[in-house]
Amino acid sequence: MMGRKVSWAPVSETSLMLYLGDEIDVKQAPLIGEMARRIKAEHQEVCEVTASYTSILVQVHSPRVKLDEFGERLVAMIGRGVVTEKAEGKLIELPVYYHPDVGPDLEMVARNKGLTVAEVIAIHAGRDYTVCAIGFAPGFAFLADVDARIATPRHERPRAKVVAGSVGIADRQTAVYPMDTPGGWHLIGRCPVPLYDPEQIPLSPFELGDRVRFVPVERHDYIERGGHV
Amino acid sequence: MSEGDHNVKGLKVLRPGVRTTIQDLGRFGYAGHGLSQGGAMDLQAHCWANRLLGNSVNQPTLEVAIGMASFRAECDMMLAITGADMQAELDGAPIGNWRSFAVRRGQILRLKPAQKGMRVYLAAKSGFQVAPILGSCSTVERNRLGLVVQEGDILSAQACDHVAAAYVPARYVPDYPDAIELRVIESYQVSQFSAHELAKFYQEDYRVTSDSDRMGVRLEGGAITPPSGGVISEGIALGAIQIPPDGQPIVLLNDRQTLGGYPKLGVIARVDLPQLCQARPATRIRFAPISIEQARLEWIEFCDYFSV
Repeated sequence: MMGRKVSWAPVSETSLMLYLGDEIDVKQAPLIGEMARRIKAEHQEVCEVTASYTSILVQVHSPRVKLDEFGERLVAMIGRGVVTEKAEGKLIELPVYYHPDVGPDLEMVARNKGLTVAEVIAIHAGRDYTVCAIGFAPGFAFLADVDARIATPRHERPRAKVVAGSVGIADRQTAVYPMDTPGGWHLIGRCPVPLYDPEQIPLSPFELGDRVRFVPVERHDYIERGGHV
Repeated sequence: MSEGDHNVKGLKVLRPGVRTTIQDLGRFGYAGHGLSQGGAMDLQAHCWANRLLGNSVNQPTLEVAIGMASFRAECDMMLAITGADMQAELDGAPIGNWRSFAVRRGQILRLKPAQKGMRVYLAAKSGFQVAPILGSCSTVERNRLGLVVQEGDILSAQACDHVAAAYVPARYVPDYPDAIELRVIESYQVSQFSAHELAKFYQEDYRVTSDSDRMGVRLEGGAITPPSGGVISEGIALGAIQIPPDGQPIVLLNDRQTLGGYPKLGVIARVDLPQLCQARPATRIRFAPISIEQARLEWIEFCDYFSV
């Protein structure tokens, strides 16, 4: 499926970009994740891979690596179909307390979409999402696809501080903020599970292609699990 | 430990300055979790500081931004100072810059506000003894990794015998002028920018704004109209030049986020980044294209010289 449109381009003295498609395709995420892992594991010259929706940035240790040859090798490896099959990623269940006290935009999303708060919650928690990219901040997983009925664009002015654990929506993506950061997503609830710990391996539970299921919990359950209101 | 404890070896922080962190070559292999690479912003100054002491190039140094820091030696040691001119003094006597120097126990090293450049690098013989996290001692504040130096901290270092001072040859000492040219490897979405906008990018003067930090340097000058149609978020290389909707370029540096969805014109040549990282607000910037092959050859030369 990927043989179709794989290409590469140099980016800097020591990095190149592999392009694996032109459009975001949630089903590709596990494959891209597996490719990124194999590129790193099987090539000693690679020091960093940064995978995203349709691309993988590959950085090598040394400028002596000839990118022309290396890029062709990587494309050939993918073209050979070395990575074709990948069982879907692991399932991660995350409890979420959906409530205006922790999700300041929950009622607004409902109002704008002509839904009740209960309906927004049911729609958001009603499907599994795929980790399509990890970035922005440590452990920040971009999850797709959000049901079009609750898809909401980013705030025009980002909040200066979004509290760690906040569950947000931006267009057809959703995510949990792993740490306090500025952020522009519409916030509808909060997850009490820590998602980034620099002292722990793995640093965060997410890998590209994993599936995430949000499980609505009541306030007391959220607090028992370490959540704050 | 108490101040009188004779077992305490190293450099005691009397005043931490505006922003002082520990940096080495950076933390690699964790971009998949969203971690920034960090690392010394001015690699040239970092590498020289270690080289002056015979250290390996990945030994952590102290990156002192803007200045106004002071330290007291808790043992006899050899230090090296490179980078910005902060009119360093040892017990009140000027010591100059781009050199190693002997410090006796109890002596005080004082750094004034940076006159030229932005960041001083301080190295200790055999390195500061900092426990690496995930393979690196580099501080990345936004990832909550490593150490932002605070008053009273002791940066452990081995006591050592004094040896003759070493100096960076004058021809290698940069002078951090107030107008610099940065060379650009065109890549990423460059072909999507109109010829007119690209020509403008190379003709305009830009200025470094004060809204710049270890994540990136924001410039202001002639706005560049980015191509219409979005970019699917993708990995951001060191030195990438991003053009956000307001058209003012941002050069993304060591503590940059791993992914971004703004159009990018290319990246600054690695060997030109030290100049940018030392550029003070209002420094004038002009861009010029460089071939990737030429940039690669110059970077090989740098890496070979310092055994990076």
